[in-house]
Amino acid sequence: MADNSEKETNKPLLIRLVAIIGGMFLFAYALVPLYNVFCDITGINGKTRGQALYQNVEIDKQRVVTVEFLTNVNRGMPWEFRSLVKSIKVHPGELNEVQFYAKNRSKQDIVGQTIPSVSPGEAALYLNKTECFCFDQQRLKAGEEVDMVVKFYLDADLPKDINRLTLSYQLFNVSDSFKFEVATSK
Amino acid sequence: MSDHHPTGIKRWLFTTNHKDIGTMYLWFSFVMFLTGGAMAMVIRAELYQPGLQFVEPAFFNQMTTMHGLIMVFGAVMPSMVGLANWLIPMQIGAPDMALPRMNNWSFWILPFAFTMLLSSLFMEGGAPNFGWTFYAPLSTTYAPPSTDFFIFGVHMMGISSIMGAINVIVTVFNMRAPGMTLMKMPLFVWTWLITAFLLIMVMPVLAGAVTMMLTDRHFGTSFFDAAGGGDPVMFQHIFWFFGHPEVYIMILPAFGVVSEIIPAFSRKKLFGYSSMVYATASIALLSFIVWAHHMFATGMPVAGELFFMIATMLIAVPTGVKIFNWVATMWQGSLTFETPMLFSISFVILFTIGGFSGVMLAMAPVDFQYHDTYFVVAHFHYVLFPGAIFGTTAAVYFWLPKWTGKMYNETLGKIHFWMSMVFVNLTFFPMHFSGLAGMPRRIPDYNMMFAEFNMWASIGAFGLGLTQIFFLVTIIMAIRNGKKAEDKQWDGATGLEWDALPSPVPYHTFATPPKVD
Ligand SMILES: [Cu+2]
Repeated sequence: MADNSEKETNKPLLIRLVAIIGGMFLFAYALVPLYNVFCDITGINGKTRGQALYQNVEIDKQRVVTVEFLTNVNRGMPWEFRSLVKSIKVHPGELNEVQFYAKNRSKQDIVGQTIPSVSPGEAALYLNKTECFCFDQQRLKAGEEVDMVVKFYLDADLPKDINRLTLSYQLFNVSDSFKFEVATSK
Repeated sequence: MSDHHPTGIKRWLFTTNHKDIGTMYLWFSFVMFLTGGAMAMVIRAELYQPGLQFVEPAFFNQMTTMHGLIMVFGAVMPSMVGLANWLIPMQIGAPDMALPRMNNWSFWILPFAFTMLLSSLFMEGGAPNFGWTFYAPLSTTYAPPSTDFFIFGVHMMGISSIMGAINVIVTVFNMRAPGMTLMKMPLFVWTWLITAFLLIMVMPVLAGAVTMMLTDRHFGTSFFDAAGGGDPVMFQHIFWFFGHPEVYIMILPAFGVVSEIIPAFSRKKLFGYSSMVYATASIALLSFIVWAHHMFATGMPVAGELFFMIATMLIAVPTGVKIFNWVATMWQGSLTFETPMLFSISFVILFTIGGFSGVMLAMAPVDFQYHDTYFVVAHFHYVLFPGAIFGTTAAVYFWLPKWTGKMYNETLGKIHFWMSMVFVNLTFFPMHFSGLAGMPRRIPDYNMMFAEFNMWASIGAFGLGLTQIFFLVTIIMAIRNGKKAEDKQWDGATGLEWDALPSPVPYHTFATPPKVD
């Protein structure tokens, strides 16, 4: 069995090993912000950025890019949700406006949140939204309907091989996180 | 030196003896192996023919999930820890593991962890059904309530294997006999030391992943929930950051085992000892930068696909060094083919097949076709069954005479080997073809065109199941009335356990450290 002197030599090594283990557990959590920062810089997972400004943007009249719109409604979300047009053709740099329609078909007030995503992922860096319903949550009363708008422009630096991209919105029911407010709004 | 030890149940509950704990680990992993194997029988019975015969699709999913979890965490990993407990102190001339009380604890957590995991089968809503990789949101938003038991089960077995790894590292660093320098250690000790470092690096990450799942499920976080700003793809990154090193955790100790057995039965020294050590270390280092090869189909940018593809293929280089090393060791040796050697040779051959299909899967462009098909199932079963499990089996036959002082029956051992060899290939080889033809994994029913391949695979699987019972009987017969083993049962074997200790080894060994020169 280990005598006392051995126990003493074990201690510094043990402390170091436990530190590595603790560090790796924290590293798992650190992966979350790291992942988000990495995707934000490279835009590789199709996540779009926050609100952009439309200032001094040069327009490339030579180029035409097709932008398609896709809407999906998540499980447990009784809303109708679609874009009024399936796709538009745009010049990079030009500010475009697209209308979306949503209707709460249930008998309850519901809070919805849409999450945008761009495909191919690398195009996400070049899609700038100056206005979007996805920046806020929507609260619709039972049966209420609403027209929502997104305004965006494509960067003129959009890689040459991309001439068609898809902006997709997934609509989630987030009422659970807003139970109190929904209940009092009745 | 007295050889006194307590008797009865207390001996096993309170033991801090590395040999007792090693024995318990090995038996526990065998019980789990049969449990996970029984689930595989359910899966193969259902897949014997197209259509639904025996089980509901929902239950089928629970079977594939539990089979994977039980085999990975309950059978393979504990069996390797069992071997480590038995062998490492004897091979480096230490009286015991460095932290014997923690050793006891790390074993006794396991039965509770797996009771908890298995109990989920009897709960309302059934057991976890999302596959052993538990991708979010299947394991968060859409998972059965029993998933929380799975999460705590994973926490517990993670703590157990982290404690086991700490014990190995401290033992190897602080308990070596005088003169036993690092580069004199047997390769089994080396591979386990590197495995232990992998374990303490990635098991905490797994613990983090399941903790995030838990808080996503119950405490309003949204790590993996897009509605709250999270990202389900991130789950896959975190999981495979653990998951790829995990496959080396399961195979590296087996590399160590065959690196001991092949020289013994070739009556030659290992062809290149230090190249083997460096190859093992490079495999371990590379394993941290290849995780996204499991995610080629998630829509990565081309640069990412290229990086992970090339990094993955790079692993073939140190692995090739190992394979050639084993072959060169056998080259012009005076070979004999006792059971442990047979298992080791087939390990080299079949693991190489698994390695090749791995290189195929590493190629990003073709992976889009192979992804989530039976080709993947064939690949990882080829590296796990003839890899990890043949390795452990070879170790059991090789060291059983040392552990128990009894010899197994060589004829029965050889029958066991040939049954394993035939049925392993019959089970898993056809899966390459059904996979290439497009059969998806984790489905209870399939297209008629895959019927033949699946029938053969199922017949093989039933045979493989029987083979394990045969193995059990062979081992019990050896322990009960095997012939008395010699102190150095294998004339070509080297190492302290053969040269400095009698068979069976006494309960306490190396109270005074041996001389190593
Ligand atoms: Cu991998």
